[in-house]
Amino acid sequence: MIPLSHYLVLGAILFSLGVFGALTRRNAIAILMSIELMLNAVNLNFIAFARYLPQTLLQGQVFAIFVITVAAAEAAVGLAIVLGLYRNFKTVNVDEINLMKW
Amino acid sequence: MTLQLAIFYVVAAFTVWAAAVVVLGKNIVRAAVALIFSFCGMAALYVLLDAEFLAAVQVLIYVGGITILLLFAIMLTSRIASKTARVVNDQVILSAMVAVGLLVGLIYASTSGLVMTAAPPLLPETSPFLGRALLTTYALPFEVVSILLLAAMVGAIILARKE
Repeated sequence: MIPLSHYLVLGAILFSLGVFGALTRRNAIAILMSIELMLNAVNLNFIAFARYLPQTLLQGQVFAIFVITVAAAEAAVGLAIVLGLYRNFKTVNVDEINLMKW
Repeated sequence: MTLQLAIFYVVAAFTVWAAAVVVLGKNIVRAAVALIFSFCGMAALYVLLDAEFLAAVQVLIYVGGITILLLFAIMLTSRIASKTARVVNDQVILSAMVAVGLLVGLIYASTSGLVMTAAPPLLPETSPFLGRALLTTYALPFEVVSILLLAAMVGAIILARKE
């Protein structure tokens, strides 16, 4: 049997990669992809804990389903916002969009 | 080393490689395709964790839905053939420090805490149990999430529509 910590370390690596991408990428869609990566890492942790803790109500898996749903909603609205940005600014690089900066 | 552990290492290395291409790759389309591979690897890990239903949901929603949406958005917003000069902003070093610090902290927390090597016995059938739980114990969050999905759908249509 694979120890639980293996899954947790893998989730930590994927989450840190996602954090790095979300902080450094210029393209707004790449930032969204990094956020999806982070949400997936969290899901992996939820499901690993759901497997290794005593299974009474499968709370981890149910929570992972809700996370996936919210991630889908977030991707749809986020990409609609990116399309709106592109229509108004002709760019999706977030460091060139400084309308609300002073 | 058991077979299961070997499979875990192979799938984990594949997933981390694909995620690294997503985050560090210069070409945005290549990053999106690598994201598909990363999601597939994650689905394989879910199967290893005896969560078959979630593995299927992962493939359907992430691989079949979200990445296709991302690819459409990429094609609508960027000139794919053109080479962009920079894909990262000017706070790379600071962000790398934050990410590495977070990684060290998370790995310390997940290896020094509780040690679990053996899983408890599996429920006889996971997917029917999950379906029943969603409609009985978790009925209220289930309904709230469906309202959230409806609101997100309407909002996305209104935001993306041309006047």
